[in-house]
Amino acid sequence: MLTPVVDEDGAPFWRYAAQGELRIQSCADCGELRFPPRPCCPHCRSFDSEWRRTSGRGRIWSYVVPHPPLLPAYAEQAPYNAIVVELVEAPRVRLVGNLVSGPDAPLNSVDPRRIRVGARVQAVFGEVAGVIVPRWVLERP
Amino acid sequence: MPAPLKDATAIVGIGQTPFAKRLPESEKTLACRAVLAALEDAGIAPEEVDGLASYTMEETDEVELAKAIGLGDLTFFSKVGYGGGGSCATVAHLAAAIATGQASVGVAWRSRKRGSGPRPWKNTTVQLPTPAQWTRPFGLLRPADEIAMLTRRYMHEYGATRDHLFNVALACRNRANQNPAAMMYERPLTRDMYMTSRWISEPLCLFDNCLETDGALACVIVSAERALDCRSKPVYVHSTAQGLPAQHHGMVNYWNDDPLTGPAWTTARQLWKQADFGPEDVDVAQIYDAFTALIPLSLEGYGFCARGEGGAFTEGGALEIGGRLPINTGGGGLSEAYVHGFNLINEGVRQLRGTSTAQVPDAATCLVTAGEGVPTSALLLRS
Repeated sequence: MLTPVVDEDGAPFWRYAAQGELRIQSCADCGELRFPPRPCCPHCRSFDSEWRRTSGRGRIWSYVVPHPPLLPAYAEQAPYNAIVVELVEAPRVRLVGNLVSGPDAPLNSVDPRRIRVGARVQAVFGEVAGVIVPRWVLERP
Repeated sequence: MPAPLKDATAIVGIGQTPFAKRLPESEKTLACRAVLAALEDAGIAPEEVDGLASYTMEETDEVELAKAIGLGDLTFFSKVGYGGGGSCATVAHLAAAIATGQASVGVAWRSRKRGSGPRPWKNTTVQLPTPAQWTRPFGLLRPADEIAMLTRRYMHEYGATRDHLFNVALACRNRANQNPAAMMYERPLTRDMYMTSRWISEPLCLFDNCLETDGALACVIVSAERALDCRSKPVYVHSTAQGLPAQHHGMVNYWNDDPLTGPAWTTARQLWKQADFGPEDVDVAQIYDAFTALIPLSLEGYGFCARGEGGAFTEGGALEIGGRLPINTGGGGLSEAYVHGFNLINEGVRQLRGTSTAQVPDAATCLVTAGEGVPTSALLLRS
């Protein structure tokens, strides 16, 4: 499994995830949220930022079901799902992730036929190849 | 507004190698063959070339190409980024260089062994414009997965269907069946084959994905004045544009207000602003088709239909010869060859010369586009 190749801008996201918190970068001056994280606010050009905690609630914006050819660790679990979730607090902040049956369940633990655009989901935190990453479960399974 | 590049230059030569899943020669050798073929077509000696343009992903650099085929002293060379988004910009950069006196004979080219070589997505150390940490760990590994995500959303928002995507795949395949150079020349496609084919990344199936090809192509650009003395009929570069929209994120464009309004929209505004004609006057189009879903998105972006109508536009044979907008008349990336869209440029030239294997009668204007979904580019050609 691929683990996140963390860069300077993204490091706080993964640090908070390891603590079980879903936090999004926001401008310390104008308060706008931005994702993916970057050094400067595209709205007011401030270089000061903070990390705002979210409820982890969202809706599925879109999803795919990849089939081989894939990297071996992913091919073993295919077909699995990858989803894009828009956060309830910030619909333009969309996170790529996986819909799973529980925090540590495999990528293919939810039947793809049960996935719907618009379905409500909740972030949970699970370990994938030694790294804590946000994952998603259906609010009403 | 003034448009100093309008019709100031022309494509006067095109060349290409065979296309196949596997060609024995190296990318460098294929590049040399394609460029020499294009110069031969133009009737211009290699010593006269003083400008080059290609893609940043091109692995044969200017030094190797120039010394192998004996080019003259080069005074302009440029490379454009973002994979297939750069195809048309190679011609655009040369047109600008020639119109401003930085070069007099420009050659654009792309040589690639994507058929027998490695699949780029298997190299997980390469970082994309948007860092891979936000997508790849979750199994969004390949361009097909990234575009499938936008495709699903597009189908959800606008009611586009797999039949619409099939219409695109079929139009390209039908044209390839007329083109002996196409990889799929003798391979007809049916709706049943499409609907029962294996998935690559749902909602995209095998036939929604472009081919994997070894091959190389090139074209020659000179001033409109010089073009009159060349061996082949000039095809004028009427308008060119590049486009990188505000807050665009590359192929994983999931983080702005409207992810389905891609670089085509920005490129189109600039393209049409400099042109004497509009979308309704385009006789034939060569639209970048790494994936079928890029066609409806591009039809909307370039103004052939309204937002959300790209799927419906494909109905009733609209993309076939005799339809409202024949596209990808050599077969495109889906069925002729996938060489980062350069075959679309050469086919656009053939249409306006009147020498296509699927000729649109009296075609006088052609739109050629580069990859949608990444920072892109486009050309309007006219005869």
